[in-house]
Amino acid sequence: MTQLLKSYADVVGQDVIRHLSQLAAPLKGLKVVHVNSTRTGGGVAEILDKLVPLMRELGLDVRWEVIKGETGFYQCTKQFHNALQGNTSIIPEALLKEYETTNQRNAEELGPVLREADLVFIHDPQPAALLRHFPDRRGKWIWRCHIDVSHPFRPVWRYLRQFIAPYDASIFSIADFVQMLPHPVYLIPPSIDPLSDKNMDLPAEEIREICARYNLDPERPMMLQVSRFDRFKDPLGVIEAYRLATSFIPSLQLVLAGGGATDDPEGDVVLAEVRAAAQGDPDVHILLLPPDAHRTINALQRAAAFVLQKSIKEGFGLTVSEAMWKGKPVIGGDTGGIRLQVINHHTGFLVSSPEGAALRIRYLLHHREKLAEMGQKAREFVLENFLLTRQLREYLTVMVALRHGAGDRLDLG
Amino acid sequence: MAGNSKVEPFVVKDCALAAIATGMRAQNLRELRDGLLAVHPESINYHFWGGLLQPRFDDSEYNNDFASWARHALHDNKLGERLGVIDPADFHDVEALRQELIDVIETRLDEMEFHPWARRDQQFHFVRSQIVVFDTGKRILRPRDLRAVVPTLSIGSIYYHVIDARRREPQRVDDIRAWLQQFGDQYAVLCDRLAGLDPYFITLTELRRALDTVIAECPFDGGAA
Repeated sequence: MTQLLKSYADVVGQDVIRHLSQLAAPLKGLKVVHVNSTRTGGGVAEILDKLVPLMRELGLDVRWEVIKGETGFYQCTKQFHNALQGNTSIIPEALLKEYETTNQRNAEELGPVLREADLVFIHDPQPAALLRHFPDRRGKWIWRCHIDVSHPFRPVWRYLRQFIAPYDASIFSIADFVQMLPHPVYLIPPSIDPLSDKNMDLPAEEIREICARYNLDPERPMMLQVSRFDRFKDPLGVIEAYRLATSFIPSLQLVLAGGGATDDPEGDVVLAEVRAAAQGDPDVHILLLPPDAHRTINALQRAAAFVLQKSIKEGFGLTVSEAMWKGKPVIGGDTGGIRLQVINHHTGFLVSSPEGAALRIRYLLHHREKLAEMGQKAREFVLENFLLTRQLREYLTVMVALRHGAGDRLDLG
Repeated sequence: MAGNSKVEPFVVKDCALAAIATGMRAQNLRELRDGLLAVHPESINYHFWGGLLQPRFDDSEYNNDFASWARHALHDNKLGERLGVIDPADFHDVEALRQELIDVIETRLDEMEFHPWARRDQQFHFVRSQIVVFDTGKRILRPRDLRAVVPTLSIGSIYYHVIDARRREPQRVDDIRAWLQQFGDQYAVLCDRLAGLDPYFITLTELRRALDTVIAECPFDGGAA
């Protein structure tokens, strides 16, 4: 077993790694290509950064290709993203043209690699139009959608659907996010990587140092929400819940940690609203962190008594699993993928209002033994369900299924 | 078979499930009933058993997705309880199980003046699965070797040999009991104890532990177990 596989075996157990190796055996040597639109930044790149080396370790011949485009292309795909999540977005014809020509140009560049591949994973809408340039492809092509497209702006979905329908299969994160297509639609929830900077164990000294850097008192309880400054994440509701709770627990500290708002024009406005709502309270810490502050986030999650993700609309919300992996119960909004992770009264609480959040905050801080028990359950739940190895197992299963036929039962002997 | 005839080894297999969206969904009880009438049989199995190999919480209040949805999305406690008590092992095939579900739902529909609706984002999505089965290369040659092998089985193997076997094989028994039958009555007590394990309300990890306990208590050396 290689060092990388050993490292994962130390976390998930030998039997899980053995299971992956056996599942991957019929795929050994196959040429697999992942295509997306960025090498760094964003959840997709983060997952591929780990998934690709792991697949290689299991004997697959895996490449990760990134398409290139100009400003107009990214303007277009940003609008796709918003429209697929339900925002009305009329995209100018010129941008759509740019989208198609960019895909055509990338198809020419990646031609030999994609034509010869046994399995091609196309991630999200950016490279979705590549497929039409490969009528002579020999492999199976899979469209992997990481976005919630349950209620898309219809004209944009109709436009994209023409590129996606001819794929051999697609993969969505959960059933709620699906649009039906004329091919098998697989369901694979996302995952977190236990060995990444964001999730690995940290020395206690580093956690103390990071708390000191942000003037957090280690002797007093701290609760944390990690998210962009976005209305759907309801940071104002978190502050309201904090205020309601502090009338009973005056020692409470709140940290709202989020990234910068460079690509989100609304982010600055929401951040200003959050600062105004905090009213200069020294126990409300609003932290604007750079995108690579993974260890800082990790330390804050470990220092928190528990974590909030009080979204009113959410995609999958992997920050929930990140907190749970560190043994923290999560008070989460009763929406989207949060429901799959926060099992009410077991790994945390689902809430629908600031009042509900405040109630649960008081409960957890007054029942420390329950808090610890829920945190333990939360970690075990993530260990079983939301680590990278589980996602890899499901990718391998889909790959085997696509290579060996469409029956309900595939017996490889 | 306990005499001179050749003993067939136990072939240890493993499996993994791929979940597939059917596109069918329900937002109220009538739609759930209509979906159940039409959905692929594998979907019914998936909503009873698939959770064992897919993300699901150990202490889940209800062990099938229909009951859980009735309780948590429709807020119909009575229906949740009636659906939750259905044990799929009581039905000889999935069509009989399907009919039981439909009967329970139709009874409930008859009792109600108004049918509750779930929120738009809490619809029931019918999912089915593909199962991929593969050989682990492990073989068990003698019953006593079960002691060493069972604790090392993956949860996929446990699912395949205990849960899936009861649906897959005409005898409707797990693969371990089916394999032990070649030794005649020698392991009848062990088989009875294995038959007494109820896999419905425990996780696969707990089931592995329970199998291990039952097998560890079997006095293989003395002949009759």
